[in-house]
Amino acid sequence: MAAATGPARWHRNLSAKIAAIPMITTALVVFIGGTAWTVLYSFTSSKLLPKEKFVGFAQYERLWSSSKWLISIENLAIYGAFSLIFSLLIGFVLAALLDQKIRFEDTFRTLLLYPFALSFIVTGLAWQWILNPDFGIQQVVRNLGWENFSFDPLYNPDIVIYGILIAGLWQGTGLIMCLMLAGLRGIDEDIWKAAKIDGIPMWKTYIFIIIPMMRGIFITAIVLIASGIIKVYDLVVAQTGGGPGIASEVPAKYVYDAMFLSQNLGQGFAASTMMLLTVIVIVVPWAYLEFGGKRRG
Amino acid sequence: METNQSISIKNLALSFGALDVLKDLNLDVGQGEFLVLLGSSGCGKSTLLNCIAGLLDVSDGQIFIGGRNVTWEEPSERGIGMVFQSYALYPQMTVAGNLSFGLKNAGLPKAEIEERVNRAAKVLQIEPLLSRKPAALSGGQRQRAAIGRALVRDADVFLFDEPLSNLDAKLRADLRVEIKQLHQKLSNTMIYVTHDQIEAMTLADRIAIMRGGQILQLASPNEIYNRPANKYVAEFIGSPTMNFFEGDIVGGDGLRFSTGDQFFPLEGYEFHNGTPVQGPAWFGIRPEHMVTGAEADTAAIRLNGSVELVEPLGSDTLARVAVAGRSLWVRMDGQALVRDGDSVTVGFDPARANLFDKSSENRI
Amino acid sequence: MGNVTRASADVQVSPVPQEMTGPRGPKPRTVLSRRNIMIYGTLIMVSLYYMLPLYVMIVTSLKGMPEIRLGNIFSPPVEITFQPWVKAWAEACTGLNCDGLSRGFFNSVRILIPSVLLSIAIASVNGYALANWRFKGSETFFTILIVGAFIPYQVMIYPIVIMLREVGLYGSLTGLVIVHTIFGMPILTLLFRNYFASVPQELFKAARVDGAGFWGIYFRIMVPMSLPIFVVAMILQVTGIWNDFLFGVIYTKPDLYPMTVQLNNIVNSTQGVKEYNVNMAATILTGLVPLTIYFISGKLFVRGIAAGAVKG
Repeated sequence: MAAATGPARWHRNLSAKIAAIPMITTALVVFIGGTAWTVLYSFTSSKLLPKEKFVGFAQYERLWSSSKWLISIENLAIYGAFSLIFSLLIGFVLAALLDQKIRFEDTFRTLLLYPFALSFIVTGLAWQWILNPDFGIQQVVRNLGWENFSFDPLYNPDIVIYGILIAGLWQGTGLIMCLMLAGLRGIDEDIWKAAKIDGIPMWKTYIFIIIPMMRGIFITAIVLIASGIIKVYDLVVAQTGGGPGIASEVPAKYVYDAMFLSQNLGQGFAASTMMLLTVIVIVVPWAYLEFGGKRRG
Repeated sequence: METNQSISIKNLALSFGALDVLKDLNLDVGQGEFLVLLGSSGCGKSTLLNCIAGLLDVSDGQIFIGGRNVTWEEPSERGIGMVFQSYALYPQMTVAGNLSFGLKNAGLPKAEIEERVNRAAKVLQIEPLLSRKPAALSGGQRQRAAIGRALVRDADVFLFDEPLSNLDAKLRADLRVEIKQLHQKLSNTMIYVTHDQIEAMTLADRIAIMRGGQILQLASPNEIYNRPANKYVAEFIGSPTMNFFEGDIVGGDGLRFSTGDQFFPLEGYEFHNGTPVQGPAWFGIRPEHMVTGAEADTAAIRLNGSVELVEPLGSDTLARVAVAGRSLWVRMDGQALVRDGDSVTVGFDPARANLFDKSSENRI
Repeated sequence: MGNVTRASADVQVSPVPQEMTGPRGPKPRTVLSRRNIMIYGTLIMVSLYYMLPLYVMIVTSLKGMPEIRLGNIFSPPVEITFQPWVKAWAEACTGLNCDGLSRGFFNSVRILIPSVLLSIAIASVNGYALANWRFKGSETFFTILIVGAFIPYQVMIYPIVIMLREVGLYGSLTGLVIVHTIFGMPILTLLFRNYFASVPQELFKAARVDGAGFWGIYFRIMVPMSLPIFVVAMILQVTGIWNDFLFGVIYTKPDLYPMTVQLNNIVNSTQGVKEYNVNMAATILTGLVPLTIYFISGKLFVRGIAAGAVKG
C-alpha cells in the first residue's frame, strides 16, 4: 500500500497496527532488548544475580582460560564440520536415489525422515542404549566371536563426540534429504533430456549441472545445519550429560550450566555472547551474499 | 461541481517513493458514460482505477464520485462495484455467497439481499449456478459471477480491471458484447481498463490513452483513430501500425511535405486548429488508407516499390512494400493476388494523413 | 492419402531387409538390472539402518530385565512383557515423585495446547498484516523478527527469565506458553506471510470493495481459504513444542516439567539399578505423540519442514 496522505495518518491501518503489537514487542523487547542486555551484562561480575559492576573483559579472559570452554569449542568444531559434510553428502545421495523414479518412494522417504520427528532427548537415549558397551553393538559383535572388538564411543573421552555425531546425523539427515529432493524436483526435466542427448554420464550431470543449479537449496541446507549445530544441547544432555568427565561438553551446555547450576551468570553471559559472535561471523557474510549488493532475479 | 458528471478527478498524483506513477491527472466522466482507460503495461491505468476504487491512497489531488468528495473514503463507501481480471471470487463461498457478501457487510436485510441477488443472477443468466462454488465454474461463468457481485451493489459506477484478459479469444468476444449490452440496459457509469485496443474501440464512448501516468488523449474512438493527438497515440492504435515518413513541411506553390527526394502535396489535409505550419515533421498514413493497382494511379501521392512479404489474413491481405529504401505496410483486399517480388504502385490521399511536429510529436 | 501410400508400399518389395528383422517394439527391460539392484539395495540398507534404533527400543521395552542381561539387544523378546510400559507410565521415579511419566505427559499436553493455539493465532495475524496491510515500519519489524531467529536462544534466555519473574510468571506453565509463542513467532510469521502473499491481491481488493475490514477479511476470507497452511503450522508447532527440552527445563519447576525433561530425569538419574526396559518404554512413550503426527500427516509434514526451511 502507498504511504498515506489521508486523514490523520496514525489511525490508518489502526487494526493492523494493534494486531502487530505482539510482533513488535517480541522484535524490539525480546530480540533486540534481550540480546543487548546479555551482551552488556557479559562485562559485569554478575554471580548469582545480575549486578552492574563492570569488569571489562575479565569474564572473557576467564572463559578462554577455562578448559571446559575450550573443550566445548573443540567439540563444536568437530561436530559442526562432520555434521555439515555428512549431512550434505548423505542427504544429497539419498535424495538422488529417491529421484530415480523408483517404486515405494513414499515408503522410503517416510522411513528415512521419521527420526526428524523425534526429540533430541529421545534420539540421545535411544543411541545411548545402542552404544552401551555392556549390552549394545560392542557386546553383540563380541558375542559373535570377535572378543577384542571395541566400540564404546560414549565411554571413551577421545571419541565421545563422534558417538554424539552418529545420533545427530541419524536424526537430521532426513530433513536435508527432503530439502534436496525438493530441489531436484524443481529442476526442469528438459535439462536431463538435453544432458541425455549430449551423452553426458549421470554422475557428471549431477556434479557439473544439477548441483550448481541447486545453489540456493544448498545454501538453505547449510544455514539450517549450521543453526542446528550451534544449538546442540539436548542431545548431549541425554546421551552423555557432557561426560565422560567434561569430554563431550558443548557451548550451549556451558551457558546453561553457568547460569542455572553454578550461579555464575557473568560466565554464562560471556559464553552466550561468544555464541552470538560465532553466528554473526557465519550469518553476516551469507546474508551479504544473498541479500546484499545486487538483488537477483 | 456540475451535476451531470459522475466522476471527477482533480490534480491526482500518486508516487511510490521517488517513482511518480500518476502525475497531476485530471479527468471528468459523464453520467452513464462508458470510459475506457487504454495503454500498455506500466502506463498507470490500473493504478488510476485502484485510486478511484479507494484501494490505493493518493499522494495528492481529489476524487469526486456523484458530486461527493470520496478522496478519503473506504472503497465500500464510494458507491462503486468492481470486476477484476482474475475474477477474485471467494473460493470457499458459493456464487450466491459471493454476491451477497458485500450486502451482508453493509447490513442489508435478508429479504432484500435475496431479492437483489436473484435480480442480478437473472440479468446475467447465472441463476442455475448460484449454489455452485467458483471452482465448479468455467472461465466465462466465473467472470459473469464476478460481474454479478458488482451488479448487486446497485452502484452508480462500475470499475472493470482488465476483466476479459484471462479468457480465450472466442469467449472474450462474447463477453465483450454482453458487457456492452449490460451497459445499454443499466446505463451506469463504467470505467474499463484494458490494453486491448479492440475492446477499447468497441466498448468505449470515450477512450483515455495513458502513458507514463498521464492521459495523452481523451476522445471518442473515432476521433482517436482518425485524429490522434500525437505520434504515440497514432502508433498505439491500429494494427499493423501507422507508416511514418520523416521530413519537412515546406512552402512554395501550396504546402508540401518533403522526404528524401520526394514531395507529397498536402492539399486537403486539415491542419490542427486550421493553422498550417512549416518545419520538421512526421508524416503518417495508415496501411488501410493506402491503395494499390488501378486506384493508385489516380491518387494524389504515388510511390513505386516492390513487395517484400505477404501476410494473407483471409479478409485482408497485408503486404510489406519496399519503397525507396524503407518498408511500408499496406492493407489490401483479401483476394488480392500479390507475391514476393511483385512491383506495385501504392497511392494515398493527403486528407487521410496525420502530421506530427518533429520535436514535440504533437499533431499539427 | 493413407490408402494410396499403403497400396504402393505393398506393391514394392522393401529393398532394406533389416527393417523387418532388427529391433522392433518396446526395448526389453529386466526388473533386476544392475542399476535397480544398486538403487534399491542401497535404499533398503539405509532404511534398515534408520529403522534400527526404533526396533531396538521396541524389543528392549518388551523384554524382562533378566533377558536383557543375558541376551542381545537385537534379538526379539522370547517372553513378551508389558510390565516395563506400565512401570514407565505410572511408577517410574524422578526425585521423590514416583508416579511415572504420566505426570510429564499431562504437563506437556497442558503446555502444548495453549502454546500451539496462541502462537498460531498471533503469527497468522502477523503474517496477514504483513502481507496485506503493510504500514510504515512493518517490514522493519519483520526483518528484526527473522534476524532474531538466528540469534542463539542462550543469548535471550536470561533476560526472559527476568521479565517473567517481574510479572510473576517464572516457573509457571503460562510463562512457558509465552516463551514458546515468542520463539515460534519468526518461522510461523514467515510461513503465514508467504502464504497470504500468494493469495491473489485482487481477492483482497474485492473484499475491501465489499466493505470488509481488517478482521472481516481475516476471518471470512483468509482463514477459510488457508486451512492447509494452518494444518502445516500446527504440525510444525506440535512436534516442535512437544520435543522441546531447553525451555521446559529453564522456565518451569520440577512439578510442571514437560515429558522430555521428565524422561531425561528418569533415564539419566544415577540412583538405583538401571532398568533398561523401563527406560526404553518411557522413551518410546515420549516419542509417540510426534511419531503419530508424523505418520498420520505424511506429505503435510514434509511440506511443513520444507516451508520451515524457506529463505526469509
